[in-house]
Amino acid sequence: MTNTIVQQPKQVSLLQRKKAVLICLCCVFFFVALYIAGAMMGDTGLRTDFLHRNLPPSLDYPFGTDWLGRDLLTRTVKGLCISIQIGMLAAMCSAVLAGLLGVAAATFGGKVDTVITGMIDVVMSTPHLVMLILISFAMGGGVQGVVVAVALTHWTRLARILRAEVMQLKNADYLQLSTRLGKSKLWIARNHILPHLLPQFVIGLILLFPHAILHSAGLSFLGFGLTPHNPSIGILLSESMQQLSTGHWWLAVIPGVCLICMVKVFDILGNTLRYLSDPQTSQQ
Amino acid sequence: MLAIEDLHISFHRYNKGLDRTKLTPVHNLNLEIGVGEIMAIVGESGGGKSLLAHAVLDILPANAETGGKICFCGQELDRKKINKLRGRKISLVPQSVSYLNPLLTVGRQVFRAAVVAGLSKKEAKIARDSAFDMVSLEEASMKLYPFQLSGGMAQRVLVAMATVGGAPLIIADEPTTGLDPELLAGFLELLRVTIDNGRAAMLITHDLNAARKVADKIAVFAGGTIVEIINNRENLTSDKLSHPYSRALWDSLPENGFNLSEIKHTYSARENGNQQGCLFRGACCCDREQCEKSIPPLMPVKHGLVRCWNA
Amino acid sequence: MKTFCKYFASKMLRLSIIVAVVSVLSFVLVSFAPLDPITAYLGYDRLQISQEQEAQIISRWGLDKSPPERFLSWAGNILRGDFGKSVIFNEPVVDVIGKRFVASFWLMFFAWLFSGLLGFILGAVAGTFRNSLADRVIRFYAYTLASTPTFWVAMILLVFFAVKLGWFPVCCAGPLGVAPEDVSFADRLYHLALPVLTLSLVGIAQITLHTREKMIDFFQSNHATYALACGETRSSTAIFHGLRNILLPAITLQFASLGELFSGSVLAEVVFSYPGLGKATVDAGIRGDVPLLLGVVIFSTIFVVVGNLIADLLYTLVDPRVRTEEAI
Repeated sequence: MTNTIVQQPKQVSLLQRKKAVLICLCCVFFFVALYIAGAMMGDTGLRTDFLHRNLPPSLDYPFGTDWLGRDLLTRTVKGLCISIQIGMLAAMCSAVLAGLLGVAAATFGGKVDTVITGMIDVVMSTPHLVMLILISFAMGGGVQGVVVAVALTHWTRLARILRAEVMQLKNADYLQLSTRLGKSKLWIARNHILPHLLPQFVIGLILLFPHAILHSAGLSFLGFGLTPHNPSIGILLSESMQQLSTGHWWLAVIPGVCLICMVKVFDILGNTLRYLSDPQTSQQ
Repeated sequence: MLAIEDLHISFHRYNKGLDRTKLTPVHNLNLEIGVGEIMAIVGESGGGKSLLAHAVLDILPANAETGGKICFCGQELDRKKINKLRGRKISLVPQSVSYLNPLLTVGRQVFRAAVVAGLSKKEAKIARDSAFDMVSLEEASMKLYPFQLSGGMAQRVLVAMATVGGAPLIIADEPTTGLDPELLAGFLELLRVTIDNGRAAMLITHDLNAARKVADKIAVFAGGTIVEIINNRENLTSDKLSHPYSRALWDSLPENGFNLSEIKHTYSARENGNQQGCLFRGACCCDREQCEKSIPPLMPVKHGLVRCWNA
Repeated sequence: MKTFCKYFASKMLRLSIIVAVVSVLSFVLVSFAPLDPITAYLGYDRLQISQEQEAQIISRWGLDKSPPERFLSWAGNILRGDFGKSVIFNEPVVDVIGKRFVASFWLMFFAWLFSGLLGFILGAVAGTFRNSLADRVIRFYAYTLASTPTFWVAMILLVFFAVKLGWFPVCCAGPLGVAPEDVSFADRLYHLALPVLTLSLVGIAQITLHTREKMIDFFQSNHATYALACGETRSSTAIFHGLRNILLPAITLQFASLGELFSGSVLAEVVFSYPGLGKATVDAGIRGDVPLLLGVVIFSTIFVVVGNLIADLLYTLVDPRVRTEEAI
């Protein structure tokens, strides 16, 4: 009984890590499948068909049809694809902006830092949606309006995270040691700073998708974003809004549920990746 | 009043890679406290003494595992019973004022402790006033927030918290840390007075001198268990100590020349290894075969009990 | 007290700087808009006016001046409290915002209150009984709502409670055909019910998760351990000690999230055709009412920043550690 330490193989954690990786793969698979489905589906479902108008969900039309007889399943899948594209574009622009400003603030410090943190404060002090409306109004609506508006309003959180990360790295002992050892700035940036920032950046980017998708859907719903020529999920919901009083509930419920599911999958993907990349939580 | 038999406390911790280790900071611990007794548990900081107190009160963190038997007044305790005893029969004097709610005045917290211990509101008010009176704090101090208390006052408030419910067993967890000698003497006197009213106390401390002044028995805690229990009725001297660790502790006292011996290194190295036998073998006068094989039980000697084959 | 005044003054300075920067930025943005203000104002009537009349409008609105000059005159007017005239409502912007905000205020106030209360309670329960069934249900609910668009929740509530069941009105702030002044108090509440429900349901997510985290932190603190050691149960510790300790951060968060509330009210007002500030914002954007849009941007910024200011001040005023030091 003198043993104060008993070693046991840790199986639980291994399982959890495997599970997390599996979850990530499932999420990725979901998007790939969705995208392929969107591309494979022909335009037949989008044609107006006055014989089959306003049909509730059935075996022939799993999601039902709308007031022009279009198949809601086809529209929803294609709408999700458009929403993903726009969300990704906006989120990437936003993340690049966040990366540039966050790293610049921490690297240059001084006045640059003051100005950039001031900008973060300003963006965070306005209601997002009002700012989104103003920017897409100024851009004249359309895809570029949504992308610019979402990019300009969503960079703040990731910029803060990256700024803090670089600040912390700057003061880290091993970086100062590297400098003393005569390593070049580029070498330090590539070998010490980038490995820290990249995971943060990628996860921040993935966690930006849900926000970008939701906000671009909201903008389109209000009539500032895409036009009916680009039937994203926001447009679908906006159109079904006109049909609400007719009691055709599936027009609003089904695309909305699909949107929520998709956003949740992105959320799960981002959070699982964060869990995997964080050395502390990855052990629990 | 309190009897602990063969207590084990262990934690599961995840290491880097795929290993889960089980740490057992407290093991094979036996202890008995009688009515009117102050039992001091002396050992170095960070050794796991506080876990003992937390185990008796069942307030260990959720990932802890306990084994063994704890009896209070002849009754074996389980979760349910401990829940009923906390505050009413067993109370805790915590380490510092950080254990009080920072957003409530101390008067309200002492009152609340009395209510939780089962007193009616009227009784609780009386109990609160007499508890403040007993620790000689003025009434005005009831209106203070914990952060406004000075070190001595804080100690008194904590004692008042522990005594207000009338619990017969008081566990004091490092209450003497950071007190200057004068306050320390005051606190020990207060503890003695409290215990002489038919109570019992477990005083957990790293300060052997404080324990000598007030305790009836001193239990030396080392390497996760109690290695020696010494009767402290008369003046404690070095020759009454039988265990090598107790002697080392004695030698490290300032008035005994601050002799820091090698013993800590010896046993803590073994603690981390995967070895059998006495953790302290080689540190005492002679090595026996038994020392290699098994951990010695607490055996009676002239001045108490000791875990050493050589005593 | 002196330090507090200084603190307050610095906060006010920050507030004004932010508002000023937002004004400049939004003016610059709007001046980029590919929109002819005269066409936006006149619509198809533009085809019918003469060159002279057009020139007259241009000079009256100062459209012939350079952008910096226009900004200076606009900013000067704003400092005097003149935000210009709303094109679509044909009223001064200040009046439009004032009237519309009263309607929005009640919507946002009730939603703020209900989401705060409900979210706080749910979060406290989840945090106290961590990993229990209740915790898992609450967490799932909060995380799902966090990825649900507000306007969709509004539409679903509208379809089921107003259209299918007919329990609540489909639109507006009062019965059709009744002048806004004559709508009774009960009717107002009746029309507010669904928009408030929408915003409350959606607004719960953040406050619930935040309160849950704080409650878990609380139970890891020394004073929670000690309260348990004194004989409190988990729930009585949470009620007597925990709630007190996590209330202030929760209220602060509610004040600091007025921006999300405002954004939510825009969407809910559009779905329920509720004549509030949010609906006016959307109308202004769609129909190119630049003065009103700028006015709303500035007003909503002030609204959010004041919320943040209150959140900051609450900390300094309520915490006894800070409060008593002030008194001494």
